[in-house]
Amino acid sequence: METKNFQRVYIWELPVRYFHWINVLAITILATTGLIISNPPAILSNAEASELYWFGTLRFIHFASAYVFFFNMIFRIYWSFVGNKYSNWRAFVPLNRKWFRIFLHVIKVDILLQNEKHQNLTNISVGHNSIAGISYVALFLLALVQVLTGFGLYASTSGWWLPQMFAWVVPFMGGDFIVRTVHHFATWGFILFTLIHVYLVFYHDWLEGRGEVSSMFGGYKFVNKDRLKDNKKSKLASEQK
Amino acid sequence: MATKTDAKETYYESIIRHGYSRRDFMKFATYITAYMGLETSMVGQVAKALETTYRVPVIWEHFQECTCCSESFIRSDHPIVSEILLDKISLDYTLTLMAASGHQAEAAKKATMDKYKGEYILCVEGSVPLGDDGNYCCIAGRTAKEILMESAAGAKAIIAWGSCASNGCVQAAYPNPTEATPIHKLIKNKPIIRVPGCPPIGEVMAGVIVHLVTFGKLPELDGLGRPKAFYSKRVHDSCYRRPYYDAGLFAETFDDQNAKEGYCLYKVGCKGPMTYNSCGTIKWNNGVSYPIQSGHGCIGCSEENFWDNGPFYERMTGLAGFGIESTADTIGKVAAGAVIGGLTVHAIAANISKRKELASRISRGTENEKKLDA
Repeated sequence: METKNFQRVYIWELPVRYFHWINVLAITILATTGLIISNPPAILSNAEASELYWFGTLRFIHFASAYVFFFNMIFRIYWSFVGNKYSNWRAFVPLNRKWFRIFLHVIKVDILLQNEKHQNLTNISVGHNSIAGISYVALFLLALVQVLTGFGLYASTSGWWLPQMFAWVVPFMGGDFIVRTVHHFATWGFILFTLIHVYLVFYHDWLEGRGEVSSMFGGYKFVNKDRLKDNKKSKLASEQK
Repeated sequence: MATKTDAKETYYESIIRHGYSRRDFMKFATYITAYMGLETSMVGQVAKALETTYRVPVIWEHFQECTCCSESFIRSDHPIVSEILLDKISLDYTLTLMAASGHQAEAAKKATMDKYKGEYILCVEGSVPLGDDGNYCCIAGRTAKEILMESAAGAKAIIAWGSCASNGCVQAAYPNPTEATPIHKLIKNKPIIRVPGCPPIGEVMAGVIVHLVTFGKLPELDGLGRPKAFYSKRVHDSCYRRPYYDAGLFAETFDDQNAKEGYCLYKVGCKGPMTYNSCGTIKWNNGVSYPIQSGHGCIGCSEENFWDNGPFYERMTGLAGFGIESTADTIGKVAAGAVIGGLTVHAIAANISKRKELASRISRGTENEKKLDA
């Protein structure tokens, strides 16, 4: 049996990887502190209130991480215009028939787990596949909801112009009650996304062996050598060296 | 209350005529300036406005309400406040307080509306029911909507007193059988000041009226049409128990030691963090106390749909449509459980369905391992 020969391809540029891991950290901190803020644990203490400030600190961490999350998101939008084609905004939205072909292929092979007799290599996405792409758009919209509701709630306690830009959200939605409920709900959206996202990354890595997991650390993925059009040429080049 | 629409008298003149001294008057001007959220440098302007402005006729309509707004109003702290509001403004028509009744009263109202068209201020207490052609609230044989439309037509500005007129309050809670409707949803072509609260604080009501009559224009309003001076901060942000919140010290139940220590009522359902009002600073009953100071959480009475956004004694807002007890967390946990279950099933199914592909990968991998050049 012939072993598939994979070639290493640089997919995720360094800024994309930074974005990803800063995002992971920010979301983890935001969701954790957020859920604690919504339902703080009963901590018994003999200290005077003036000696304690843990809840204030927790909220500070939440707000600080929110800024990191927000600016990180802004940076990623910028990068989707200047980065490589795998990080470009076009890679996330349905623009052509190929997108739909891959979409159906992922549904059939990866979600419904059907087996193919003949594999068409162009059905395998090199960057993220169509379903992953659209799920990141959904996550972006969810993040937008969090930014709007979060800064909206934060606005009245801040004097800075940036949160003030979101001051319209609370009156627009009718009051703090509904804004808080939406903010809380959307947090669960992030948790559900994370569960599915991490599972599917492991799934692809384990089944396809293309380095899905490590690609977000090193930036490289592995593709079948048959996909490289100048494979022979590069092979010669490396032999000459 | 007699109609004194003909008496051309300034506020100051009538205050002095009632036996108050200049000193009392200046104290009042200072006090009300502070309540309106204005700088001390504005005291002179307020005093001058009160000295030179003639009284503004006011029509006060009562619809679906409990009169707690009027009750709160006549209890405002400073004696001149109630004087100015109940005597000095020409409160030409108010069901609760006027002496006239029947056709006489209606005629007096009509006279004011005709004479001061475009000048009088319309105060509305209570929501307007639209269900069953408005038959749930009729006065003198006419529906609330009819009366409102008529008196609003010639008004200079409208003040929606209380949560009923501002948000619909309790009677608009689900399922809202009478279709109780707040004023701003019925009238679009007039400036409307919303003064929510069940009831609003008396001093807040006084501040709004005094602002209107002294400056002849609306106070600065926020995005929901509420005067910024009174509704720009959450009760939470001006609460004297706030340090306990920041320290993470919470009452777990109403009868525990923490509650006795006066810790923050956040976890027993205080809605202060979601409620915009001045209770923490102006307080109630001549500045004696307010709910949180008395050991009970804020119920958020000045917020829209506060009745449906309960329960009052739980931190998390229940979600309509998911059952009364459901909160975002219960729904989230169920969804997360379902997702984890689904992923587990998928992982098992993948192992079964893709077993050949996996087996060949594993055998190729072990084959290569054997070929390794040690």
